[in-house]
Amino acid sequence: MSTILAVAEQADGTLRKVAGEVASEAARLGKASGLTVVGVTIGPGAAAAAARLGEFGVGRAVAIEGGEVADYSGEAYAAALAGVLRAQEARLVLMGATSFARDQLGRLGALLDSSPAADCIAVSMKDGSVRVRRPVYAGKAIQTLTLRGSPAIVSLRPNVFAAARIDGGRTDVETVAPPPPPERRGRRIERVAAGGGRVELTEAEIVVSGGRGLKNPETFKRLIEPLAAAFGAAVGASRAVVDAGWRPHSEQVGQTGKTVAPTLYVACGISGAIQHLAGMRTARTIVAINKDRDAPIFKVADYGIVGDVEEVLPALTAALKELGAGS
Amino acid sequence: MRVTVCVKRVPSTAVRIRIAADGRSIDESGVEFVLNPYDEFAIEEALRIAERSSGEVTVVSHGPDAVTRELRNCLAMGAHQAVHLPAEPGFRDALSTAKVLAAAIPATKPDLLLFGRQAVDGDHAQVGLMVATLLGWPAAQDVVKVEVGADRVKAWREVEGAVETHELPLPCVLAANKGLNEPRLPNMKGIMAARKKTIASQAAAPAAATLALESLELPPERGGGRIVGEGAAAVPALVKLLREEAHAL
Repeated sequence: MSTILAVAEQADGTLRKVAGEVASEAARLGKASGLTVVGVTIGPGAAAAAARLGEFGVGRAVAIEGGEVADYSGEAYAAALAGVLRAQEARLVLMGATSFARDQLGRLGALLDSSPAADCIAVSMKDGSVRVRRPVYAGKAIQTLTLRGSPAIVSLRPNVFAAARIDGGRTDVETVAPPPPPERRGRRIERVAAGGGRVELTEAEIVVSGGRGLKNPETFKRLIEPLAAAFGAAVGASRAVVDAGWRPHSEQVGQTGKTVAPTLYVACGISGAIQHLAGMRTARTIVAINKDRDAPIFKVADYGIVGDVEEVLPALTAALKELGAGS
Repeated sequence: MRVTVCVKRVPSTAVRIRIAADGRSIDESGVEFVLNPYDEFAIEEALRIAERSSGEVTVVSHGPDAVTRELRNCLAMGAHQAVHLPAEPGFRDALSTAKVLAAAIPATKPDLLLFGRQAVDGDHAQVGLMVATLLGWPAAQDVVKVEVGADRVKAWREVEGAVETHELPLPCVLAANKGLNEPRLPNMKGIMAARKKTIASQAAAPAAATLALESLELPPERGGGRIVGEGAAAVPALVKLLREEAHAL
Protein backbone atom coordinates (compact mmCIF):
# COMPACT_ATOMS: atom_id res chain seq x y z
CA MET A 1 0.00 0.00 0.00
CA SER A 2 1.50 3.29 -0.97
CA THR A 3 1.99 5.97 1.65
CA ILE A 4 2.97 9.57 2.22
CA LEU A 5 6.05 9.79 4.42
CA ALA A 6 6.78 12.80 6.61
CA VAL A 7 10.45 12.85 7.58
CA ALA A 8 10.33 14.84 10.83
CA GLU A 9 13.63 16.36 11.87
CA GLN A 10 14.43 16.07 15.55
CA ALA A 11 17.30 16.47 17.99
CA ASP A 12 17.51 14.37 21.15
CA GLY A 13 13.78 13.69 21.23
CA THR A 14 12.58 17.20 20.41
CA LEU A 15 10.91 17.87 17.06
CA ARG A 16 12.17 20.88 15.14
CA LYS A 17 9.62 23.56 14.41
CA VAL A 18 9.65 22.72 10.69
CA ALA A 19 8.83 19.07 11.54
CA GLY A 20 5.37 20.20 12.70
CA GLU A 21 4.87 22.00 9.40
CA VAL A 22 5.97 18.92 7.44
CA ALA A 23 3.74 16.57 9.46
CA SER A 24 0.73 18.87 9.11
CA GLU A 25 1.17 19.20 5.36
CA ALA A 26 1.57 15.41 5.04
CA ALA A 27 -1.63 14.93 7.06
CA ARG A 28 -3.45 17.39 4.82
CA LEU A 29 -2.26 15.64 1.63
CA GLY A 30 -3.12 12.28 3.18
CA LYS A 31 -6.66 13.40 3.81
CA ALA A 32 -6.99 14.81 0.29
CA SER A 33 -5.51 11.75 -1.45
CA GLY A 34 -6.70 8.95 0.81
CA LEU A 35 -3.12 7.71 1.26
CA THR A 36 -1.85 6.65 4.68
CA VAL A 37 0.57 9.06 6.29
CA VAL A 38 3.59 7.69 8.15
CA GLY A 39 6.06 9.83 10.09
CA VAL A 40 9.77 9.00 10.05
CA THR A 41 12.32 10.12 12.62
CA ILE A 42 15.98 9.17 12.82
CA GLY A 43 18.86 9.39 15.28
CA PRO A 44 19.15 9.53 19.07
CA GLY A 45 15.74 10.45 20.54
CA ALA A 46 13.87 9.39 17.38
CA ALA A 47 11.21 7.33 19.18
CA ALA A 48 10.43 10.06 21.72
CA ALA A 49 10.13 12.66 18.97
CA ALA A 50 7.99 10.36 16.79
CA ALA A 51 5.49 10.01 19.63
CA ARG A 52 4.74 13.73 19.29
CA LEU A 53 3.74 13.53 15.60
CA GLY A 54 0.16 12.70 16.54
CA GLU A 55 -0.16 16.29 17.68
CA PHE A 56 0.08 17.23 14.01
CA GLY A 57 -2.31 14.56 12.74
CA VAL A 58 0.23 11.83 11.92
CA GLY A 59 -1.01 8.70 13.66
CA ARG A 60 1.73 6.26 12.63
CA ALA A 61 5.49 6.64 12.71
CA VAL A 62 8.69 4.71 12.23
CA ALA A 63 11.63 5.71 14.43
CA ILE A 64 15.14 4.68 13.33
CA GLU A 65 17.42 4.52 16.33
CA GLY A 66 20.64 2.95 17.53
CA GLY A 67 23.56 1.34 15.73
CA GLU A 68 24.92 3.31 12.83
CA VAL A 69 22.65 6.31 13.33
CA ALA A 70 23.79 6.94 16.92
CA ASP A 71 25.77 9.85 15.48
CA TYR A 72 25.37 11.60 12.17
CA SER A 73 26.84 10.14 9.02
CA GLY A 74 25.30 11.40 5.78
CA GLU A 75 25.76 8.02 4.10
CA ALA A 76 24.47 5.91 7.02
CA TYR A 77 21.43 8.17 7.51
CA ALA A 78 20.59 8.15 3.81
CA ALA A 79 20.84 4.34 3.65
CA ALA A 80 18.57 4.02 6.70
CA LEU A 81 16.00 6.54 5.41
CA ALA A 82 15.97 4.97 1.92
CA GLY A 83 15.35 1.58 3.54
CA VAL A 84 12.26 2.85 5.37
CA LEU A 85 10.98 4.72 2.30
CA ARG A 86 11.20 1.49 0.28
CA ALA A 87 9.65 -0.66 3.04
CA GLN A 88 6.74 1.76 3.43
CA GLU A 89 6.21 1.92 -0.35
CA ALA A 90 6.32 5.70 -0.20
CA ARG A 91 4.58 7.50 -3.05
CA LEU A 92 5.50 10.93 -1.67
CA VAL A 93 8.18 11.91 0.84
CA LEU A 94 8.14 15.28 2.57
CA MET A 95 10.88 16.83 4.67
CA GLY A 96 11.80 20.34 5.85
CA ALA A 97 14.20 22.30 3.67
CA THR A 98 16.98 22.54 6.26
CA SER A 99 20.72 21.80 6.44
CA PHE A 100 19.76 18.21 7.23
CA ALA A 101 17.60 17.94 4.12
CA ARG A 102 20.32 19.60 2.03
CA ASP A 103 22.71 16.84 3.15
CA GLN A 104 20.14 14.08 2.48
CA LEU A 105 17.94 15.05 -0.48
CA GLY A 106 20.50 14.41 -3.22
CA ARG A 107 21.58 11.11 -1.67
CA LEU A 108 17.96 9.90 -1.39
CA GLY A 109 17.26 10.99 -4.96
CA ALA A 110 20.21 8.92 -6.23
CA LEU A 111 19.39 5.89 -4.04
CA LEU A 112 15.72 5.88 -5.05
CA ASP A 113 16.26 7.02 -8.66
CA SER A 114 13.92 9.99 -8.35
CA SER A 115 15.07 13.60 -8.68
CA PRO A 116 13.81 15.53 -5.62
CA ALA A 117 12.26 18.99 -5.61
CA ALA A 118 13.92 21.18 -2.98
CA ASP A 119 12.56 24.10 -0.98
CA CYS A 120 8.96 23.94 -2.22
CA ILE A 121 6.28 26.46 -1.29
CA ALA A 122 3.25 24.46 -2.49
CA VAL A 123 2.52 20.74 -3.01
CA SER A 124 -0.52 19.09 -4.53
CA MET A 125 -1.50 15.57 -5.51
CA LYS A 126 -4.00 14.96 -8.25
CA ASP A 127 -4.79 11.51 -9.66
CA GLY A 128 -1.59 10.24 -8.07
CA SER A 129 0.55 12.87 -9.75
CA VAL A 130 2.62 15.16 -7.51
CA ARG A 131 3.03 18.81 -8.44
CA VAL A 132 5.06 21.45 -6.63
CA ARG A 133 5.77 25.13 -6.85
CA ARG A 134 9.23 26.29 -5.86
CA PRO A 135 11.32 29.44 -6.07
CA VAL A 136 14.29 29.43 -8.44
CA TYR A 137 16.97 32.09 -8.93
CA ALA A 138 16.61 32.58 -5.14
CA GLY A 139 12.97 33.62 -5.55
CA LYS A 140 13.25 35.87 -8.60
CA ALA A 141 10.99 33.33 -10.35
CA ILE A 142 8.68 30.49 -9.35
CA GLN A 143 8.64 27.18 -11.23
CA THR A 144 5.94 24.53 -11.31
CA LEU A 145 7.22 20.95 -11.56
CA THR A 146 5.60 17.55 -11.92
CA LEU A 147 7.48 14.77 -10.13
CA ARG A 148 7.32 11.60 -12.21
CA GLY A 149 9.62 9.54 -10.01
CA SER A 150 8.31 7.30 -7.27
CA PRO A 151 8.59 8.18 -4.52
CA ALA A 152 8.30 11.88 -5.26
CA ILE A 153 10.79 13.48 -2.86
CA VAL A 154 10.01 17.02 -1.75
CA SER A 155 11.49 19.42 0.80
CA LEU A 156 9.27 22.19 2.17
CA ARG A 157 10.51 25.70 2.88
CA PRO A 158 10.27 26.47 6.62
CA ASN A 159 7.68 29.06 7.74
CA VAL A 160 5.54 28.60 4.60
CA PHE A 161 3.26 25.69 5.57
CA ALA A 162 1.04 26.03 8.64
CA ALA A 163 1.58 23.62 11.53
CA ALA A 164 -1.91 22.45 12.56
CA ARG A 165 -2.06 21.06 16.08
CA ILE A 166 -4.70 18.49 16.96
CA ASP A 167 -5.86 18.01 20.52
CA GLY A 168 -5.22 14.52 21.88
CA GLY A 169 -3.56 13.27 18.68
CA ARG A 170 -1.76 9.97 19.32
CA THR A 171 0.99 8.16 17.41
CA ASP A 172 1.75 4.45 17.10
CA VAL A 173 5.52 4.33 16.97
CA GLU A 174 7.47 1.41 15.56
CA THR A 175 11.17 1.58 16.41
CA VAL A 176 13.53 -0.03 13.91
CA ALA A 177 17.29 -0.52 13.82
CA PRO A 178 19.17 0.96 10.86
CA PRO A 179 20.46 -1.36 8.12
CA PRO A 180 24.22 -1.97 7.81
CA PRO A 181 25.69 1.31 6.49
CA PRO A 182 27.64 1.65 3.25
CA GLU A 183 31.24 0.60 3.72
CA ARG A 184 32.63 3.90 2.48
CA ARG A 185 31.13 6.61 4.66
CA GLY A 186 31.96 9.83 6.42
CA ARG A 187 31.25 10.47 10.06
CA ARG A 188 30.72 13.51 12.20
CA ILE A 189 33.48 13.84 14.77
CA GLU A 190 32.58 17.20 16.32
CA ARG A 191 29.75 19.70 16.51
CA VAL A 192 30.29 23.21 17.86
CA ALA A 193 27.16 25.27 18.47
CA ALA A 194 27.40 28.88 17.34
CA GLY A 195 26.47 31.06 20.30
CA GLY A 196 23.78 30.12 22.82
CA GLY A 197 20.06 30.70 22.40
CA ARG A 198 20.21 32.37 19.00
CA VAL A 199 17.11 32.07 16.85
CA GLU A 200 17.81 30.17 13.60
CA LEU A 201 17.51 32.50 10.63
CA THR A 202 15.46 30.33 8.26
CA GLU A 203 12.94 29.29 10.91
CA ALA A 204 12.67 32.64 12.70
CA GLU A 205 9.28 34.39 12.94
CA ILE A 206 11.04 37.74 12.86
CA VAL A 207 14.33 38.69 11.20
CA VAL A 208 16.19 41.96 11.79
CA SER A 209 18.82 42.54 9.10
CA GLY A 210 21.50 45.16 8.76
CA GLY A 211 23.41 46.46 5.78
CA ARG A 212 26.11 48.89 4.84
CA GLY A 213 24.08 51.74 6.33
CA LEU A 214 25.30 50.56 9.74
CA LYS A 215 28.69 51.97 8.71
CA ASN A 216 30.97 49.53 10.59
CA PRO A 217 30.87 46.21 12.47
CA GLU A 218 30.77 47.91 15.88
CA THR A 219 27.71 49.99 15.00
CA PHE A 220 26.05 46.88 13.52
CA LYS A 221 26.57 45.01 16.78
CA ARG A 222 25.55 47.98 18.95
CA LEU A 223 22.32 48.78 17.04
CA ILE A 224 21.14 45.56 15.37
CA GLU A 225 21.72 42.97 18.10
CA PRO A 226 19.68 44.80 20.82
CA LEU A 227 16.90 45.48 18.30
CA ALA A 228 16.82 41.80 17.31
CA ALA A 229 16.75 40.83 20.99
CA ALA A 230 13.84 43.23 21.63
CA PHE A 231 11.91 41.67 18.73
CA GLY A 232 12.93 38.13 19.76
CA ALA A 233 14.32 37.97 16.23
CA ALA A 234 17.17 36.32 14.37
CA VAL A 235 19.94 38.56 13.01
CA GLY A 236 20.42 38.77 9.26
CA ALA A 237 22.90 40.66 7.13
CA SER A 238 23.28 41.91 3.58
CA ARG A 239 25.91 40.48 1.24
CA ALA A 240 27.88 43.74 1.39
CA VAL A 241 28.51 43.48 5.12
CA VAL A 242 29.26 39.74 4.97
CA ASP A 243 31.75 40.30 2.15
CA ALA A 244 33.30 43.11 4.20
CA GLY A 245 33.83 40.63 7.03
CA TRP A 246 31.52 42.39 9.53
CA ARG A 247 29.23 39.40 9.94
CA PRO A 248 29.47 35.62 9.31
CA HIS A 249 28.12 34.13 6.10
CA SER A 250 25.60 32.13 8.15
CA GLU A 251 23.70 35.42 8.63
CA GLN A 252 23.63 36.42 4.96
CA VAL A 253 20.17 36.88 3.44
CA GLY A 254 19.97 36.83 -0.35
CA GLN A 255 20.92 34.86 -3.42
CA THR A 256 24.30 33.58 -2.20
CA GLY A 257 23.04 33.34 1.37
CA LYS A 258 19.77 32.24 2.91
CA THR A 259 16.24 32.73 1.70
CA VAL A 260 13.89 33.60 4.53
CA ALA A 261 10.10 33.77 4.81
CA PRO A 262 9.45 35.23 8.27
CA THR A 263 6.27 36.90 9.50
CA LEU A 264 8.20 40.14 9.85
CA TYR A 265 11.43 41.25 8.14
CA VAL A 266 13.07 44.46 9.34
CA ALA A 267 15.71 45.79 6.91
CA CYS A 268 17.98 48.40 8.49
CA GLY A 269 20.44 50.37 6.39
CA ILE A 270 19.92 47.98 3.48
CA SER A 271 19.44 49.59 0.07
CA GLY A 272 17.78 46.52 -1.49
CA ALA A 273 20.00 45.00 -4.19
CA ILE A 274 18.17 42.56 -6.48
CA GLN A 275 19.95 39.55 -4.97
CA HIS A 276 18.95 40.65 -1.44
CA LEU A 277 15.31 41.28 -2.33
CA ALA A 278 15.20 37.77 -3.83
CA GLY A 279 16.08 36.31 -0.43
CA MET A 280 13.41 38.08 1.66
CA ARG A 281 10.57 39.11 -0.61
CA THR A 282 8.22 36.38 0.64
CA ALA A 283 8.25 37.75 4.20
CA ARG A 284 4.66 38.50 5.23
CA THR A 285 5.43 42.04 6.39
CA ILE A 286 8.54 44.04 5.48
CA VAL A 287 9.78 47.09 7.34
CA ALA A 288 12.57 49.23 5.91
CA ILE A 289 14.61 51.85 7.73
CA ASN A 290 16.98 53.75 5.48
CA LYS A 291 18.18 57.32 5.15
CA ASP A 292 17.86 57.29 1.36
CA ARG A 293 14.24 57.86 0.42
CA ASP A 294 14.92 56.49 -3.08
CA ALA A 295 16.43 53.18 -1.89
CA PRO A 296 14.84 50.22 -3.77
CA ILE A 297 14.06 48.50 -0.44
CA PHE A 298 11.18 50.97 0.10
CA LYS A 299 9.45 49.66 -3.05
CA VAL A 300 8.93 46.24 -1.44
CA ALA A 301 8.52 47.43 2.16
CA ASP A 302 5.03 47.55 3.67
CA TYR A 303 6.19 50.20 6.13
CA GLY A 304 9.17 52.48 5.73
CA ILE A 305 10.90 55.02 7.92
CA VAL A 306 13.24 57.46 6.22
CA GLY A 307 15.94 58.24 8.72
CA ASP A 308 19.34 57.59 10.21
CA VAL A 309 19.74 54.13 11.75
CA GLU A 310 21.70 55.73 14.62
CA GLU A 311 18.58 57.62 15.57
CA VAL A 312 15.73 55.31 14.57
CA LEU A 313 16.99 51.90 15.76
CA PRO A 314 17.58 52.81 19.44
CA ALA A 315 14.15 54.49 19.50
CA LEU A 316 12.53 51.36 18.04
CA THR A 317 14.42 49.13 20.48
CA ALA A 318 13.24 51.27 23.40
CA ALA A 319 9.63 51.28 22.14
CA LEU A 320 9.61 47.48 21.85
CA LYS A 321 11.09 47.05 25.33
CA GLU A 322 8.39 49.31 26.71
CA LEU A 323 5.78 47.25 24.89
CA GLY A 324 7.24 44.06 26.35
CA ALA A 325 7.27 45.55 29.84
CA GLY A 326 3.67 46.74 29.49
CA SER A 327 2.17 43.48 28.20
CA MET B 1 46.63 14.88 -5.55
CA ARG B 2 44.19 14.96 -8.46
CA VAL B 3 41.15 17.13 -7.91
CA THR B 4 38.14 17.31 -10.23
CA VAL B 5 35.66 20.18 -9.96
CA CYS B 6 32.20 20.24 -11.52
CA VAL B 7 30.95 23.67 -12.55
CA LYS B 8 27.87 25.31 -14.04
CA ARG B 9 27.16 28.45 -16.04
CA VAL B 10 24.37 30.52 -14.47
CA PRO B 11 22.84 34.01 -14.79
CA SER B 12 24.66 36.58 -12.66
CA THR B 13 23.00 37.24 -9.28
CA ALA B 14 22.75 40.92 -10.23
CA VAL B 15 20.39 40.07 -13.09
CA ARG B 16 16.68 40.83 -13.06
CA ILE B 17 14.87 37.74 -14.33
CA ARG B 18 12.33 38.02 -17.17
CA ILE B 19 10.24 35.11 -18.40
CA ALA B 20 10.53 34.12 -22.07
CA ALA B 21 7.51 33.88 -24.36
CA ASP B 22 7.35 30.08 -23.92
CA GLY B 23 6.40 30.55 -20.24
CA ARG B 24 8.95 27.90 -19.27
CA SER B 25 12.36 29.56 -19.47
CA ILE B 26 14.02 32.88 -18.81
CA ASP B 27 14.50 35.51 -21.48
CA GLU B 28 18.27 35.38 -21.94
CA SER B 29 18.60 38.58 -23.99
CA GLY B 30 20.90 40.99 -22.19
CA VAL B 31 21.44 38.51 -19.35
CA GLU B 32 25.04 38.22 -18.16
CA PHE B 33 26.10 34.63 -17.50
CA VAL B 34 28.86 33.76 -15.05
CA LEU B 35 30.52 30.81 -13.37
CA ASN B 36 28.21 29.73 -10.52
CA PRO B 37 29.47 31.73 -7.49
CA TYR B 38 29.73 28.66 -5.21
CA ASP B 39 31.74 26.84 -7.90
CA GLU B 40 34.39 29.58 -7.63
CA PHE B 41 35.05 28.49 -4.04
CA ALA B 42 35.35 24.87 -5.20
CA ILE B 43 37.84 25.80 -7.95
CA GLU B 44 39.91 27.92 -5.60
CA GLU B 45 40.10 25.13 -3.02
CA ALA B 46 41.02 22.61 -5.72
CA LEU B 47 43.83 24.86 -6.96
CA ARG B 48 45.21 25.34 -3.44
CA ILE B 49 45.13 21.59 -2.74
CA ALA B 50 46.79 20.82 -6.08
CA GLU B 51 49.43 23.51 -5.56
CA ARG B 52 50.39 22.05 -2.17
CA SER B 53 50.59 18.48 -3.51
CA SER B 54 51.96 19.09 -7.03
CA GLY B 55 48.63 17.79 -8.23
CA GLU B 56 46.31 18.55 -11.10
CA VAL B 57 42.89 20.12 -11.36
CA THR B 58 40.32 19.08 -13.95
CA VAL B 59 37.11 21.04 -14.44
CA VAL B 60 34.02 19.36 -15.85
CA SER B 61 30.73 20.87 -16.95
CA HIS B 62 27.55 19.41 -18.39
CA GLY B 63 25.86 22.23 -20.22
CA PRO B 64 25.27 24.10 -23.45
CA ASP B 65 28.23 25.01 -25.70
CA ALA B 66 28.39 28.51 -24.21
CA VAL B 67 29.81 27.02 -20.97
CA THR B 68 33.20 26.69 -22.72
CA ARG B 69 33.64 30.39 -21.82
CA GLU B 70 33.36 29.59 -18.09
CA LEU B 71 35.56 26.51 -18.51
CA ARG B 72 38.20 28.70 -20.20
CA ASN B 73 37.94 31.04 -17.22
CA CYS B 74 38.63 28.12 -14.85
CA LEU B 75 41.70 27.23 -16.95
CA ALA B 76 42.84 30.85 -16.64
CA MET B 77 42.51 30.60 -12.86
CA GLY B 78 44.95 27.70 -13.05
CA ALA B 79 43.01 24.50 -13.74
CA HIS B 80 45.04 22.09 -15.84
CA GLN B 81 42.37 20.61 -18.08
CA ALA B 82 38.70 20.97 -18.84
CA VAL B 83 36.05 18.55 -20.04
CA HIS B 84 32.81 19.69 -21.64
CA LEU B 85 29.89 17.28 -21.67
CA PRO B 86 27.51 18.97 -24.11
CA ALA B 87 23.84 19.25 -23.22
CA GLU B 88 20.90 20.44 -25.24
CA PRO B 89 19.64 23.82 -24.00
CA GLY B 90 16.59 23.65 -21.77
CA PHE B 91 15.43 22.07 -18.54
CA ARG B 92 17.43 19.22 -16.97
CA ASP B 93 16.74 17.78 -13.54
CA ALA B 94 19.45 17.27 -10.96
CA LEU B 95 19.52 13.47 -11.21
CA SER B 96 19.89 13.35 -15.00
CA THR B 97 22.77 15.84 -14.74
CA ALA B 98 24.33 13.78 -11.94
CA LYS B 99 24.13 10.61 -14.02
CA VAL B 100 25.96 12.23 -16.94
CA LEU B 101 28.66 13.60 -14.59
CA ALA B 102 29.02 10.32 -12.67
CA ALA B 103 29.60 8.47 -15.95
CA ALA B 104 32.36 10.86 -17.04
CA ILE B 105 34.15 11.63 -13.77
CA PRO B 106 36.04 8.34 -13.17
CA ALA B 107 38.03 8.99 -16.38
CA THR B 108 39.45 12.14 -14.74
CA LYS B 109 40.83 9.87 -11.96
CA PRO B 110 40.13 12.18 -9.04
CA ASP B 111 41.30 11.65 -5.47
CA LEU B 112 38.88 14.39 -4.49
CA LEU B 113 35.78 15.70 -6.26
CA LEU B 114 34.49 19.21 -5.55
CA PHE B 115 31.23 21.00 -6.31
CA GLY B 116 29.65 24.30 -5.30
CA ARG B 117 26.95 23.73 -2.66
CA GLN B 118 24.23 24.70 -5.11
CA ALA B 119 23.79 26.37 -8.47
CA VAL B 120 22.15 29.75 -8.00
CA ASP B 121 19.67 29.16 -10.84
CA GLY B 122 17.92 25.87 -10.00
CA ASP B 123 18.73 26.11 -6.26
CA HIS B 124 18.28 22.37 -5.64
CA ALA B 125 21.67 21.80 -3.95
CA GLN B 126 21.68 18.12 -4.92
CA VAL B 127 23.99 17.27 -7.82
CA GLY B 128 27.19 16.85 -5.79
CA LEU B 129 25.60 14.46 -3.31
CA MET B 130 23.92 12.56 -6.13
CA VAL B 131 27.19 12.05 -8.01
CA ALA B 132 28.83 10.88 -4.76
CA THR B 133 26.01 8.42 -4.13
CA LEU B 134 26.07 7.12 -7.71
CA LEU B 135 29.84 6.58 -7.41
CA GLY B 136 29.53 5.04 -3.93
CA TRP B 137 31.70 7.79 -2.42
CA PRO B 138 31.10 9.63 0.86
CA ALA B 139 30.22 13.32 0.69
CA ALA B 140 29.81 16.45 2.77
CA GLN B 141 27.58 19.41 1.89
CA ASP B 142 28.04 23.10 2.84
CA VAL B 143 31.79 22.87 3.48
CA VAL B 144 33.54 25.98 4.86
CA LYS B 145 36.99 24.50 5.69
CA VAL B 146 39.00 21.52 4.46
CA GLU B 147 42.08 19.70 5.71
CA VAL B 148 43.42 17.09 3.31
CA GLY B 149 45.35 14.10 4.67
CA ALA B 150 46.97 11.16 2.90
CA ASP B 151 43.90 8.93 2.78
CA ARG B 152 41.15 11.06 4.34
CA VAL B 153 39.88 14.62 4.64
CA LYS B 154 38.43 16.63 7.46
CA ALA B 155 35.59 18.87 6.33
CA TRP B 156 33.91 21.56 8.40
CA ARG B 157 30.21 21.97 7.53
CA GLU B 158 28.19 25.08 8.26
CA VAL B 159 24.75 23.93 9.42
CA GLU B 160 21.97 25.79 11.21
CA GLY B 161 23.33 27.13 14.48
CA ALA B 162 26.53 25.06 14.44
CA VAL B 163 29.68 24.06 12.63
CA GLU B 164 30.28 20.32 12.33
CA THR B 165 33.55 18.56 11.62
CA HIS B 166 33.29 15.45 9.45
CA GLU B 167 35.94 12.92 8.56
CA LEU B 168 35.70 11.25 5.16
CA PRO B 169 37.87 8.63 3.47
CA LEU B 170 39.24 9.52 0.01
CA PRO B 171 38.04 9.61 -2.66
CA CYS B 172 35.09 11.71 -1.59
CA VAL B 173 32.88 14.60 -2.65
CA LEU B 174 32.84 18.00 -0.95
CA ALA B 175 30.35 20.76 -1.80
CA ALA B 176 31.78 24.22 -1.14
CA ASN B 177 29.97 26.94 0.75
CA LYS B 178 30.81 30.63 0.82
CA GLY B 179 33.50 31.29 3.42
CA LEU B 180 35.69 28.36 2.31
CA ASN B 181 38.23 30.73 0.76
CA GLU B 182 38.65 33.92 -1.27
CA PRO B 183 38.62 32.91 -4.96
CA ARG B 184 41.46 34.34 -7.05
CA LEU B 185 40.98 36.34 -10.21
CA PRO B 186 42.75 35.04 -13.31
CA ASN B 187 45.95 37.00 -14.03
CA MET B 188 47.33 37.84 -17.46
CA LYS B 189 49.75 34.89 -17.39
CA GLY B 190 46.89 32.54 -16.57
CA ILE B 191 44.70 33.99 -19.30
CA MET B 192 47.48 33.58 -21.87
CA ALA B 193 48.21 30.02 -20.70
CA ALA B 194 44.50 29.13 -20.85
CA ARG B 195 44.40 29.98 -24.55
CA LYS B 196 46.82 27.15 -25.24
CA LYS B 197 44.92 24.58 -23.18
CA THR B 198 42.30 22.46 -24.91
CA ILE B 199 38.79 21.82 -23.70
CA ALA B 200 37.95 18.18 -24.36
CA SER B 201 34.42 17.74 -25.61
CA GLN B 202 32.94 14.32 -24.89
CA ALA B 203 29.54 13.34 -26.19
CA ALA B 204 27.35 12.42 -23.25
CA ALA B 205 24.37 10.11 -23.47
CA PRO B 206 21.49 12.09 -21.91
CA ALA B 207 19.79 10.48 -18.91
CA ALA B 208 16.01 10.43 -18.57
CA ALA B 209 14.54 13.10 -16.29
CA THR B 210 12.02 12.35 -13.55
CA LEU B 211 11.08 16.00 -13.06
CA ALA B 212 9.01 17.78 -15.68
CA LEU B 213 8.96 21.55 -15.88
CA GLU B 214 5.40 22.78 -16.33
CA SER B 215 5.84 26.54 -16.14
CA LEU B 216 7.97 29.41 -14.92
CA GLU B 217 6.51 32.68 -13.70
CA LEU B 218 7.50 35.80 -11.85
CA PRO B 219 6.52 36.00 -8.18
CA PRO B 220 3.61 38.31 -7.40
CA GLU B 221 4.64 41.94 -7.07
CA ARG B 222 4.61 43.25 -3.52
CA GLY B 223 2.43 46.26 -2.81
CA GLY B 224 4.78 48.15 -0.53
CA GLY B 225 6.04 51.64 -0.84
CA ARG B 226 4.32 53.19 2.17
CA ILE B 227 6.51 55.63 4.12
CA VAL B 228 5.30 55.89 7.71
CA GLY B 229 7.39 58.94 8.52
CA GLU B 230 10.84 60.32 9.09
CA GLY B 231 13.35 59.72 11.87
CA ALA B 232 12.72 58.52 15.42
CA ALA B 233 9.46 60.48 15.50
CA ALA B 234 7.93 57.85 13.20
CA VAL B 235 8.67 54.95 15.56
CA PRO B 236 5.40 55.08 17.58
CA ALA B 237 3.35 55.09 14.36
CA LEU B 238 5.36 52.11 13.04
CA VAL B 239 4.88 50.11 16.23
CA LYS B 240 1.14 50.84 16.17
CA LEU B 241 0.85 49.66 12.54
CA LEU B 242 2.86 46.51 13.26
CA ARG B 243 0.55 45.68 16.16
CA GLU B 244 -2.84 46.72 14.89
CA GLU B 245 -2.66 46.47 11.09
CA ALA B 246 0.01 43.85 10.33
CA HIS B 247 -0.55 41.85 13.55
CA ALA B 248 3.17 41.15 13.43
CA LEU B 249 3.86 41.86 17.11
